[in-house]
Amino acid sequence: MTNYEAVIGLEIHSELKTNTKIFCGCATTFGAPQNTHVCPVCLGLPGVLPVINKRVVEFAIKAGIALNCKINNYSKFDRKNYYYPDLPKNFQTSQYDLPIAEYGYIDIETKGKTKRIRITRIHMEEDAGKLVHSGNTIKDSASSNVDYNRTGVPLIEIVSEPDMRTPEEARAYMEKVKSVLEYIDVSNCKMEEGNLRADVNVSLRPVGTEKLGTKAEMKNLNSFKMVENALDYEIERQKEILEDGGCIVQETRTWDDGKGITLSMRTKEQAQDYRYMPEPDLVPIITTDEEIAAYKKNLPELPDARRTRLINDFGLSAYDASIITTSRAMAEYFDEVTNKGADAKLAANWIMGDLAKELNAENKNISESPVSAKNLADMIILIQKGTISSKIAKKVFGEMWQTKKTPETIVKEKGLVQITDTVAIEKIVDEVLSQNPKPVDDYKKGNKKSIGFLVGQVMKKSKGKANPVVVNKLLKEKLD
Amino acid sequence: MDLYKQPAHVLHDMLENKEITAVEMTKNFIARINSFDNKIGAYITKMSDTALKTAETVDADIANGKKINFLTGLPGAVKDNICTLGTKTTCASEMLKNFVPPYNASVMEKLNKEKAIILGKTNMDEFAMGGSTENSAFFTTHNPWNTEYVPGGSSGGSAAAVASGLAAWALGSDTGGSIRQPASFCGIVGMKPTYGRVSRYGLIAYASSLDQIGPLTRDVTDCANILNIISGYDEKDSTSIKKDIPDYTKSLVQNVKGLKIGIPKEFFIEGMNKEVYTAVKKAVSDLEAMGAEVRNISLPHTKYAIAAYYLIAPAEATTNLSRYDGVSYGARVPGEDIVAMMTNTRTAKFGDEVKRRIMIGNYALSAGYYDAYYLKALKIRTLVKEDYDKAFEKVDIIVAPNAPTPAYKIGSIINDPLQMYLQDICTVPLNLAGLPGISLPCGFSRDGLPIGMQIIGKPLDEETIIKTAYTYEQSNDFHKKFSGVE
Ligand SMILES: [Zn+2]
Repeated sequence: MTNYEAVIGLEIHSELKTNTKIFCGCATTFGAPQNTHVCPVCLGLPGVLPVINKRVVEFAIKAGIALNCKINNYSKFDRKNYYYPDLPKNFQTSQYDLPIAEYGYIDIETKGKTKRIRITRIHMEEDAGKLVHSGNTIKDSASSNVDYNRTGVPLIEIVSEPDMRTPEEARAYMEKVKSVLEYIDVSNCKMEEGNLRADVNVSLRPVGTEKLGTKAEMKNLNSFKMVENALDYEIERQKEILEDGGCIVQETRTWDDGKGITLSMRTKEQAQDYRYMPEPDLVPIITTDEEIAAYKKNLPELPDARRTRLINDFGLSAYDASIITTSRAMAEYFDEVTNKGADAKLAANWIMGDLAKELNAENKNISESPVSAKNLADMIILIQKGTISSKIAKKVFGEMWQTKKTPETIVKEKGLVQITDTVAIEKIVDEVLSQNPKPVDDYKKGNKKSIGFLVGQVMKKSKGKANPVVVNKLLKEKLD
Repeated sequence: MDLYKQPAHVLHDMLENKEITAVEMTKNFIARINSFDNKIGAYITKMSDTALKTAETVDADIANGKKINFLTGLPGAVKDNICTLGTKTTCASEMLKNFVPPYNASVMEKLNKEKAIILGKTNMDEFAMGGSTENSAFFTTHNPWNTEYVPGGSSGGSAAAVASGLAAWALGSDTGGSIRQPASFCGIVGMKPTYGRVSRYGLIAYASSLDQIGPLTRDVTDCANILNIISGYDEKDSTSIKKDIPDYTKSLVQNVKGLKIGIPKEFFIEGMNKEVYTAVKKAVSDLEAMGAEVRNISLPHTKYAIAAYYLIAPAEATTNLSRYDGVSYGARVPGEDIVAMMTNTRTAKFGDEVKRRIMIGNYALSAGYYDAYYLKALKIRTLVKEDYDKAFEKVDIIVAPNAPTPAYKIGSIINDPLQMYLQDICTVPLNLAGLPGISLPCGFSRDGLPIGMQIIGKPLDEETIIKTAYTYEQSNDFHKKFSGVE
């Protein structure tokens, strides 16, 4: 039986976080009342002209540089013609043969291996509006309304080479792109708001062959899970057809997330002829080498560089460093905690452990964390100083999450300071020894394990405040 | 004194000298429109009420001792593809029959700031596609010199309005000759400025890379004055040029001594109308007699210009017009589903010429034909531009006819699109090259129809054009003739 391998390429659309739209001065704020952020230009009224928002070009260039692309000194806009009621001009102003950036790459990691995924191009374009149907679908709707608020929101489209072979790689690629865009602060990357979405191409070919198979494209996948699930399904579907001796039809398919299947939308025969032409209402974009160099210089530290730094400077494991650097906000949080003097390994554990757990549970971003980086740092320092134990720290952390109080305040208010005073601990140890003759006897008869029970009793009596190292030491001295 | 026969600068002086009020002047023109526009058909929409209101405020200003600008209180007309806030802007199309723009074109803002009086919106070929104003969806405009003849197009309404004294001045738009050719057919002055000199914001696009707004006036002096008002960079139009505007009235001097005039052999072709040929040649020798030096030049790619134009302009038009789908504004014809609705709307509401160009444009841009047609046309465009660059190394200015013939009879070639397209042969190359050009009267045919000469300048050198045109104009009386309806 033939073994098949998948060949996967992604087109990622990312909305840029400019304050105003790409060709007019309307606000880009998400969730505004319908059709309140519109003007003659983004409504495509007769006679209007687009004017490029310079920030969009700036953001696209930054993205290009961060994704290791060559920035084109001469770039232009084109019109892509098609009919759709949510794009009032009935053409999309996009870039065709001279995009702003080309020939880039990013490195992804799956199963501990690094792989380079090439990026074909990055181009700028305008987003379309939103159709709001009175029914569930356009077919069972008596009427459909259009919200043009999103029309003209700036997008970059990042097109990859078909370098991915598995759904995991596709997911890792999309995650990496998201993380880079977040780092350079050009997109909010809120996938639930459609800030980031992907069209995915996939074809199958027998392992060991070069020739590409017939591909299917799946449009508008706006979560990592959807990308992975849709690819899993589609690869399986194509494999079954090929194994039955059938042929794959080149087509565009949609992913039905509810049913977990892909459905045919249109075949190659029905494919659009976009009839591209240069946009005559906009002048070409000229970017000098000096400007490109200046952008490069001002770019923040990117995830890969940051990851290397965490491994080299703090001795974090590659895995921990990857997790911490996935999002810029988390990496900056980590930097802040360690800058305050907290131990890096402890900081990484707390951020990836308790903090991540609480954030996930409340569906919060790290920037919204009630536990500030400063407070977490102070708490870790209390552990390092031996003022509190790791166990008490969990309590302190919980309190900080609830009350936003500083760890010092919590420790003081709740009397959580660790007892390191040997005399005080010895008193409790003596009490425990006299109250528990049987475990003491067991220990002396050779059952060394029973010391654990005695330690537990001392901790309990001290309300967890006794320094466990001192407790162990004293118990051993007295029993041996 | 017949007010309506006067050029705008004379009317301006009268206002300034308080020989007449703006209201009187406006009423005078409104009365004339009401009596005679039924014979000419210059206006699609009359704006008498707002015109009078503006006139009243102008008179109040004058009474308060305010200084007035050139167009302040002067009644004029605007082509109906220039958006006017709150007033219908139809493009002479059923598609936009009831379209009222919620904004002003940038030139309208400038006119309003000046307190110019707008008498109304003028007839045109639908979406500016055509050379005779016979393609208006509403009615045909008539040539004031002989109402059986076309006024030219597509700014035929504006040209006829000025020629017949239904407006003291007008604005038109020129994509392939749409200001110059009707100006020559109607015996007035019409100028297409350098591409980008006047903002296109609010001009309903036909072919964006070729469209340009410009004045239609009774003489060169008015043309220079209006150019002063409408020119300049506009941040709403990225293709507008960021350069200071000279005072064009300073070019209103009679002096062509040593001026090198180029006569392109490709514009004086075999088979062109003898009367046009003779009149333009005579104008050239008149200029020579006044001190200009005449040189024969060649613009070898002129013969390909029409073909290139009729690919590029429809290609742009096809995308510019795709927004008229019955969804958001304009006309709608219902249908079973959205595709049927769009199809029905566009089938019913676009005229034949518009549909013809949409089809040509889509064909030229379609995947299989893009290289063969559209790309090749763009290459020709570059070659045409280079022809002019080379020519302007040797000469300061170029003189040519505007059209191969004087105005023709209404209906005579409307059913022969190719013949109609050939009418643009003398004007189209300038639009492809983005150059400025003017048309001014240089004689009359035996049938009493005006003949226009075209003066073509270097990019942004409207000044030399105005100087040459003014010098020639002052040497004859052609511009003083009036043959509007009486
Ligand atoms: Zn807008």
